[in-house]
Amino acid sequence: MLSAILARNGHSRSLPLLANVSRRDLLRGTVSAGAFVLAARFLPPEAAQAATFYRVGGEDMPNGLVYDPHVFVAIEPDGTVVIVAHRSEMGQGARTSLPMVVADELEADWSRVRIVQAPGDEPRYGNQDTDGSRSMRHHIQSMRHIGASVRHMLEQAAAQRWQVPKSEVRAELHKVVHRPTGRSLDYGELAQDLKAMPAPSREEVQWKDPKDFRYIGTGKIAIYDLRDITVGKAIYAHDVRVPGMKFAVVARPPVVGARIRSYDASRALAVPGVERVVEIPGSDIGAKFAPLGGLAVVASNTWAALKGREALAIDWDRGPHAVYDSAEYEKRMRELARKPGKVVRDQGNIEEAFARAAKVFAAEYYVPHHAHVTMETPAAVADVRDGRAEIWASVQSPWGTRQDVAKLLGVSADDVTVHVTLLGGGFGRKSKCDYVLEAALVSREIGAPVQVLWTREDDIRHGFYHTVSLERLEAAIDSDGRVIGWRHRSVAPTILSTFDASAQHQFDIELGMGLVDNPFDIPNMRMENPPIEAHVRIGWFRSVSNIPRAFAIQSFVAELAHELGKDPKDFLLELIGPPRHIDPVAAGIQDKLWNYGESLDVYPIDTGRLAHVVRVAAEAIGWGRKLPPGHGLGIAVHRSFVTYVATAVEVAVDEKGRISIPVVHTAIDCGFCANPERVKSQIEGAAVQGLTLALYGNLTFANGEAQQSNYHDYPVARLSDAPKVVHTHIVPHPFEVPASGVGEPGVPPFAPALANAVFAATGKRIRDLPLAKHDLRRI
Amino acid sequence: MGVRLIVNGHEHDLDVPPEMPLLWVLRDVLGLTGTKYGCGIAACGACTVHVDGRAERSCVLEVGSVAGKRVTTIEGLDPAGEHPVQRAWREMNVPQCGFCQTGQIMQAAALLAENPKPSDEDIVQALDGNICRCGCYERIHAAVRLAATGV
Ligand code: FES
Ligand code: FES
Repeated sequence: MLSAILARNGHSRSLPLLANVSRRDLLRGTVSAGAFVLAARFLPPEAAQAATFYRVGGEDMPNGLVYDPHVFVAIEPDGTVVIVAHRSEMGQGARTSLPMVVADELEADWSRVRIVQAPGDEPRYGNQDTDGSRSMRHHIQSMRHIGASVRHMLEQAAAQRWQVPKSEVRAELHKVVHRPTGRSLDYGELAQDLKAMPAPSREEVQWKDPKDFRYIGTGKIAIYDLRDITVGKAIYAHDVRVPGMKFAVVARPPVVGARIRSYDASRALAVPGVERVVEIPGSDIGAKFAPLGGLAVVASNTWAALKGREALAIDWDRGPHAVYDSAEYEKRMRELARKPGKVVRDQGNIEEAFARAAKVFAAEYYVPHHAHVTMETPAAVADVRDGRAEIWASVQSPWGTRQDVAKLLGVSADDVTVHVTLLGGGFGRKSKCDYVLEAALVSREIGAPVQVLWTREDDIRHGFYHTVSLERLEAAIDSDGRVIGWRHRSVAPTILSTFDASAQHQFDIELGMGLVDNPFDIPNMRMENPPIEAHVRIGWFRSVSNIPRAFAIQSFVAELAHELGKDPKDFLLELIGPPRHIDPVAAGIQDKLWNYGESLDVYPIDTGRLAHVVRVAAEAIGWGRKLPPGHGLGIAVHRSFVTYVATAVEVAVDEKGRISIPVVHTAIDCGFCANPERVKSQIEGAAVQGLTLALYGNLTFANGEAQQSNYHDYPVARLSDAPKVVHTHIVPHPFEVPASGVGEPGVPPFAPALANAVFAATGKRIRDLPLAKHDLRRI
Repeated sequence: MGVRLIVNGHEHDLDVPPEMPLLWVLRDVLGLTGTKYGCGIAACGACTVHVDGRAERSCVLEVGSVAGKRVTTIEGLDPAGEHPVQRAWREMNVPQCGFCQTGQIMQAAALLAENPKPSDEDIVQALDGNICRCGCYERIHAAVRLAATGV
C-alpha cells in the first residue's frame, strides 16, 4: 500500500526558473546560453563502490538520487556558478544548505553563486518530495559528489589548457591555480571547456578533506533569500502575478463529502469585480488529494472574490460525515483503548508479566486534531490553456503535483509544468496538492490564468489534519520496583484513510513512529492498535505520529518515576538501559520495522546515542538545581527521523496558572551536521511549534464541521508565550556518521518535557492536551 | 468611486470601492506583494503597513479611510532596503520561511520610530500581535534589540 501511495512515475524535460510576471515563452532555458549543460552521463549508484558512500533510503525512493553534475550545476561565462535547488524551501533551509554543500566541494565563492529552483521533474533531478526530514539526509552525498565532480572537471580543463599534468593544478575559491607557476584561471574562463566534458566517474572524484570545508559545518552561510525576504521581494505562491491573472476563492463543503444539492450564484455575480462562478466536483475521504469540491468565485481581485463568496446561496447535502463529533469520538477511542487490539509488537510474555506484577500503573493520553496553519495559506496559480498547464505553487511535492494535475486534466505530464515558489511554511500541509488541482480546474474552465487562494478560515476548516489520538499505557512493576511489562495501545484514525476510506488500522509508517520502535530495556512488551474509522481527511503534520507517542511515553515515564519515588531523568535513563542496537526480530515487531525508509545497518536504533542526548540536555539545564517557587524542570527524549533529540524545559507557573518558559535546552544528535545555523533555527522553531501543540492546539468537530476558524479561536504561540531562550546542543560527529533528519525531530519531545515541567512546578499531571484547557494553578 | 492613495511617496488615483481593504489594493491592484495576507481579521500582523508612520493592519483598513494619508509598505520602508531593522534582521538571520517577516519588520520599525529605546517588555508588547508560525520569536526579539541599541 505504501508503495502505491508513494509511487511516482513519468517523464519530462522542463527547466528551472522562478516566475513572477514571466511568461511561458520566457521560461525556456535554465541559464544563459554560454553555460555548460547537457552532456549527461548518468552514474548508476550501483556502479560505484567508493568506500565513502553509505546507502541511504533516497536510493529507494521514486526516481531516487541523481549524481550528475550537468543536471545541477552550470557555470556562466562571467563565472557565476548556477546551482539547482531541487527540494522545496519552506523555512527549513534546504534551498540554501544543499547548494552550499555543492559550492563547498566545488570551491566556489559563495558570493558568486546563484541558486535556481527546479520545477517538478524527478526523472531529471531525482526525488523531490520535500517531507520526512530527508533533504540533507538523502542528498548530502550526491551534492558533495556533484560539487567535487565539477571541481575535478575544472581542474582537468585548466590542465588541458596549460598542457600540464592535472596533479599540478588545484581549484581554489573560484579559480584553478597552476601550483608550480602560480598562474590561474577564473571559473568563468573555463566555463566553455566544460560544456562537452563528460562527468567523471566516482573513482576519479576526490572529496575534500572535511578540515578544508569553507561553508559546510561552519553555520556562517545566511539563507539565500534573506535579503529578498527582508525587503518584501521574496515570491511565495500568494505573490505570483502573471498577466491576465484572475483571483479566486472557493466555497467548500462544510463537512468532508458534502455535496451541492442546488445553489444560487446570482447575488455573487452581481458583486462588482466578480466574473464567474465555477463548480468544482466534490470528493470524499479516501480520494487522496482531490479537491473537496464546491463553488469557485472568480474575480478581478481577491476582495471581490471574497465578497462574491459571501453572497452565494448553497444548499448542501451534508453526507455521512456530518455525524462526526470529536467529544463522542474521544469517548469511543478510550473504550477501544481499554480492550485488546491488533498486536503489532509482542516481546516476551506480557500476560505473565502483568500476572506476577507487584503493582500495575495505567494512564491514557489524548492529543486532539491540529491544523497546520502555515503562515502562507495554501495557494496556487494555474494557467491551463490549449491542453497545457503551467502551475506556480508552494508545494512540497512538485513532481507528485505535476502528475496529479496531468491526471486530473487528462493530459500528459509532459504538458504540465510546475514551478515551485518559496513556501510560507509547509509542515506537511503542502505535501497535499488539492489547492493546485482546484486552480487547474478553474483555469481550464475560464481559459485564463487564475490564483486560488485559501483564506485562514478555509485553511482551518478544510485541511488534512493531524490525527487525533488516544494512547493508553500500562506498566507492570515487580517487587523491586523494576518495570517488567509494558503495554501500549494506540488508537488514532490513520493517514491511510486519505488514500483508502476503509482503512482503520495504522500502517507501518505510523507504527514505526515511536510505537513499535520503543527502545526501552523492558523484557515483556506488547503494542496494539485497535481499529477506528476516519471522518476527516488525515494528513502528515510535522513529525506526524511521533507527537502523540512522545507525549504519552515520555509523560508516562515521569509518572512512573514519581510513583516509584525516582528521579525522572535517572528513571528515563534506566529504562533506556545499556548502549545497544535494537533488533526488531528479537523485539517481537510483527511486520517489517519501518525505520524512516533507512536500513538499520546505516541508521540503527542506538540506545547509547539516545541516552547521550538525555544527559547533555539534563546537564545543560542544570538538572536537579534549586528552583524558585512555581518553577519546574521537565525532560523528554525521542528518536524520530533517525535522529535523537532530548529537550529539557524550565517552566514558571504563576498564581493564576499562566505559564512562561525561561529556558529550554535541546540536545540533538543528527549525525554529521552540515549547517548548524539552520539546525539551530529548526530547533528553536520546533520548540515554539511544540509549545503551540502543548498549550493551545485543539481543533474540534461538531456535526462534522470544524469548530474553529482563525487565529482568534485556534491560537498559536506568540512572542509573549515563546521560550525566552532555546539553547541547541548539537552532538558533533564526523561525516562518516550519516546525517539524519532535522526538520521534524525537534517537535515530539517538547510537549512531554513541558508537561513534565508543569507537573514538577504545580503537582498537576496533564494527560489531555492542550494545557490551556486545564487549571494549572499549583495544588 | 475612486480613491486617491499615496503609497511609498507615489500618488495613485484608483478606481476601487472605498470599502476595499488596503491589503487587497496593495497586493492585487498595485502589485505590491511584500505586504502579506495571513488572517484577514487583524489577528496575525502579516499585513502590517505604516499609515502616517503608525503600524496598521491593512487587512481591516478600508482604503477609503486612508485616502490622502501617507501609506508606507515594506517596499518603501527604505529605498535601499537598509533600514536599521532590516539590517538587524539580516544580522540575526531571523527568518525561516520568511512569510511573516515583512509584517514583523514594519511593526518593529514603527515601534522604534516611536520608542527608540524600548525595554524588553515594550518589544514583546509591540510585536505580540505578529504571529510567526515558524517560531522565530527569540531572534525577532533579539533583532529589534539590535536595531535599537546596535548590540
Ligand atoms: S492579515 Fe492582517 S492581521 Fe493577519
Ligand atoms: S518565518 Fe515563517 S512564519 Fe515567520
